[in-house]
Amino acid sequence: MAAKKPTVAVYKFSSCDGCQLSLLNLEDELLDLAGAVDIAYFLEASRAVKPGPYDIALVEGSVTTPHEIERIREVREEARFVIALGTCATSGGIQALRNFADAEEYARAVYDHPEYLEYLNTATPLSETIKVDLEIWGCPVNKYLVLECIAALLQNRKPSLPQYSVCLECKRRGAVCVLVAQGVPCLGPVTQAGCGAICPANGRGCYGCFGPWPQGNFDSLVPTLTATERFPGETHLLLRNFNAHAPAFRKAAEAALHTGKK
Amino acid sequence: MLDITISRGTTVALPKTEFDLLLADLRENGYQTVGPRVQDESIVYTDIQTLADLPRGVQTEQDAGRFRLVQGASNNYFDFIPGADSWKKFLFPPRVELFTVRKGKGWEYAEAEAATPRYALIGVRGCELAAIEIQDKIFIRPDFYDPTYRLRREGLFIIAVNCLHPAGTCFCASMGTGPKAQGSYDLCLTELDDVFLVEIGSELGRSLLAKRKYDLPSAFVQNIANQRLSRAAQEMGRVLDTSDLPGLLTEPENLEAAHWDEVAKRCLSCGNCTQVCPTCFCWDATDSVNLNATRASRTRVWDSCFNPAYSHVFGGNTRPTIRARYRQWLTHKFGAWKEQFGTLGCTGCGRCITWCPAKIDHVAEIAALRKEVNP
Repeated sequence: MAAKKPTVAVYKFSSCDGCQLSLLNLEDELLDLAGAVDIAYFLEASRAVKPGPYDIALVEGSVTTPHEIERIREVREEARFVIALGTCATSGGIQALRNFADAEEYARAVYDHPEYLEYLNTATPLSETIKVDLEIWGCPVNKYLVLECIAALLQNRKPSLPQYSVCLECKRRGAVCVLVAQGVPCLGPVTQAGCGAICPANGRGCYGCFGPWPQGNFDSLVPTLTATERFPGETHLLLRNFNAHAPAFRKAAEAALHTGKK
Repeated sequence: MLDITISRGTTVALPKTEFDLLLADLRENGYQTVGPRVQDESIVYTDIQTLADLPRGVQTEQDAGRFRLVQGASNNYFDFIPGADSWKKFLFPPRVELFTVRKGKGWEYAEAEAATPRYALIGVRGCELAAIEIQDKIFIRPDFYDPTYRLRREGLFIIAVNCLHPAGTCFCASMGTGPKAQGSYDLCLTELDDVFLVEIGSELGRSLLAKRKYDLPSAFVQNIANQRLSRAAQEMGRVLDTSDLPGLLTEPENLEAAHWDEVAKRCLSCGNCTQVCPTCFCWDATDSVNLNATRASRTRVWDSCFNPAYSHVFGGNTRPTIRARYRQWLTHKFGAWKEQFGTLGCTGCGRCITWCPAKIDHVAEIAALRKEVNP
């Protein structure tokens, strides 16, 4: 009989559950996945919980409360391999917009009794609190890339992940460039591929949910976009989005503010 | 049908109403008729059934980083200049599975055996025809050939079109590939208001045309077509001086020109220029293995020399900077290509200029480089 199956734990931090749902959406592959690994902890899918330690932890969400700092450290203690799953876990997510504002003011605006809340003034990616072994970007993640990462771990090989910008995926699928053909602002040239260029293929500009492409030339794209803004601050807002806290987007958003129309 | 003997080289005047019958005839002969359609604010090459599917009356405004469809003055079908799509995608598909291996008693290897489609390309421009002939040299060599490309290429039926309304980024006249279509085609159209002048380029083209109702064009009509074609040659949006190519780009001292640094600041290294280029042929073979490691497959996808991973080899990246990658592309396309394949790699279609989000104009970059090294 084969060796004991590797155990997998799936956690949720501050997030919308979309990345966990992407896992559950692996309908055709779910049985194979359940056969290859022992899903030991996945509250979104099952109440049955097996005790740790675990081989692989898939963690969705960002760190936004004092309690989450403790929890993520425990996750790190219990898991051999920690995978940050999705944009919240890799860059802080949409909730990281508070990093650029007054979190207390936000809390007062949303809750009748903000005094019951315990929260941090920032939403941060896992990597700012613990050592992360692999980051899978995306809002939500591409479920097939998650599967590829798990397969690579099981097979002791490097995962095959795209290392280019969204433009290459966009062209491969035959989508028309919305920036050139319609003047729609698009972050495709500076965004990490992996999504399959869903937005441009549907006539929308890329809003960078897969995070900055490490080789992206923001110094060129930002002035290109600000020169044709449809309203003042458009480029800045585009970069202040799901990946606002990612360092490359943070820097570019600042630059866009200075080069954009006033 | 008129009692006119037609042969290769003959030009006839075909009423536009006859053209749909020609397309239908092609399909009856097993061809998939593909041509231009308006889609997503651009022109896309896809299945077409009749002339009604074509971008009627549509012209295109093109400049660096800008493409717009506009309503033209006529009701013609081929007044536009193509969009980002090129015929490359039919012969060298962006994604094609090469083979799979499955674990049975041993490992079973199976080459992907999708039926080869037979395409009739409707509306191939001079620059595009030249691009297909350049890719022929790459994919069908005496010593090696690419089976995917070769089978598709050999089954091809080509209806070329002479360009009468060049766009702002066109420079085929500089590259000697247009606006008149040259090279091998089955039929070649020049569109006038009420007829297509059709030149016969092959026996297959002749036999298909022979079943249609046509006339011999009057000298007057032919004169108009010739005049419009020579006027088009004068109306190129851009002019590239090719007199010192490839030397200008391949001279070792020119490789260190300051202009490369200047372009590198603007270049996004996104690879769009290479993807829309009808001659760029770089590809990557990617492998995928299923979760149980019982099935693996290898897929060929379009790649780009602007993708940093493309030049990543054991020990590091041979072109780690945008400057190195842009220089590689331009010096290959307009320089080293000549030594490698006997022709420059550019046909003057202008796609790389139009579809560059950063508005990089390679014609202008070459001129700037020339000015720097020959002050």
